[in-house]
Amino acid sequence: MRFMMIVKANERSEAGLPPDPRLMAAVQKHAEEQIKAGVLLDTGGLAPSSQGARIIARGGKLTKVDGPFPETKELIGGYAVLQARSKEEAIEHGLRFMRLHQELIPGWEGEMEVRQIFGPENPHGSK
Amino acid sequence: MAASEAHRAIDAVFRLEWAKLVAGLTRYVRDVGAAEELAQDALLAALEQWPASGIPTHPGAWLMAAAKHRAINRWRHARVVERKHAEIGRELDAADAPDPEAAIDDEVGDDLLRLVFIACHPVLAIEARVALTLRLLGGLTTEEIARAFLVSEPTVAQRIVRAKRALADAAVPFEVPRGAELAERLSGVLGVIYLIFNEGYAATAGDDWMRPALCEDALRLGRMVAALVSDEPEAHGLVALMELHASRAAARTGPAGEPILLLDQDRARWDRLLIHRGLAALGRAEELGGAGGRYALQAAISACHARAATPADTDWARIAELYGTLARLAPSPVVELNRAVAVAMAHGPAAGLELVDALRSEPSLQSYHLLPSARADFLMKLGRYDEARAELERAASLTRNAREREMLLERAAACARASET
Repeated sequence: MRFMMIVKANERSEAGLPPDPRLMAAVQKHAEEQIKAGVLLDTGGLAPSSQGARIIARGGKLTKVDGPFPETKELIGGYAVLQARSKEEAIEHGLRFMRLHQELIPGWEGEMEVRQIFGPENPHGSK
Repeated sequence: MAASEAHRAIDAVFRLEWAKLVAGLTRYVRDVGAAEELAQDALLAALEQWPASGIPTHPGAWLMAAAKHRAINRWRHARVVERKHAEIGRELDAADAPDPEAAIDDEVGDDLLRLVFIACHPVLAIEARVALTLRLLGGLTTEEIARAFLVSEPTVAQRIVRAKRALADAAVPFEVPRGAELAERLSGVLGVIYLIFNEGYAATAGDDWMRPALCEDALRLGRMVAALVSDEPEAHGLVALMELHASRAAARTGPAGEPILLLDQDRARWDRLLIHRGLAALGRAEELGGAGGRYALQAAISACHARAATPADTDWARIAELYGTLARLAPSPVVELNRAVAVAMAHGPAAGLELVDALRSEPSLQSYHLLPSARADFLMKLGRYDEARAELERAASLTRNAREREMLLERAAACARASET
């Protein structure tokens, strides 16, 4: 099974600033471990929403709205695609990723969404 | 948290830690069987304590400490002679002492790699290597292995018990082979992983979900081994081959479970992420000078298909060339048959027919339905419908797959109609 780990944006990422160097090093080490375990398939960080745009379909029309977008904590800051044997396993990976942030930066706040990607074992329409 | 939910969370943590735990414990006690029992004991301790205490922040360290604690208690309780006791004590101290080299090396990775070489050791029968690899490194239970391989659980349990005994009897050391031995032993490891992958790939619709899941297990193990021996091109070649094959998994069967041939597959259903990963792994194998390796060659063939947007874009001349190289490296009538198909696509049906005709006396292909089926294909393209029909009927009589037989007979009927006009 495949999961997308969606990390929400924060003020720093929206300002286009790189993460704290210690945090960056820890995140990199974590990613390397996951690569060595053969579970990390893909990962990437998103540029701030100020460099992006939205395309909205409404009332039969398409409108383009340029960034930045105000609701920082709802935006996506980065993602990872993982292979896991179960939802619980994916969640455990997510807990570890978020925990390393908290351990390095006391009081750190953030959010991650863990979502299964449709695949042969859970095709569209299955529960 | 509901009890079952807590149990599942603990199980997930445990699966993530299992291989590292068994590997670390094997270094500690120098016996895979004892290491696995200790790891199992640590799981029981976790199942007792974690539901109340919560999962510890660093579960890997907790489990290792719990297992080592058990190990020490066992030794204390065992009525070993004083001298032996002191000896073990010294060994334990040595194991705990910081090793200056370990600080440089990736200790966990090294232990995992040693465990891989033990699980795939040549003193073991191939089924035992497969079972042990899935149990110790894949973290599968004996029940899951049994379900995946369509055998009974006691059979798998027995295989694992015997394998562990054989390793202990042969006093197989906990080490990574060096020099010339490394290449040979690594090839054995890769063979076990590929076998696991193919078992999963051979699963058909309606099979237990554990069977196709073997492909993901094999991929995970292959990527792990490739990361641990990152200078070995064939490890990357195998990963490339598995990623590329897996990328076609969703397109390989139709709604009724009928097989869909490569050229008839809906390429939009191929998995782009796995193709990308497969091509990258193939690139690494080639950079390391491994383009001529057995797995890398097969991956390169697969890559020709993956790179072609439509069947018509396929670089058949390159595929024919790669099959030629593969045939020289590991001669096999099946490879030769595949080469004939590629040659026919690249240089016309007459060239392909010439190659398959040379295979008709090959004893190992006498009941292989793909030989008459390929021959029929070339004959049809040459307008020799009567001969093509006879070959298709022969192919239909040889295949064991009912859906395929139907398809072959339909094509035979089409030949009969074409022959009349």
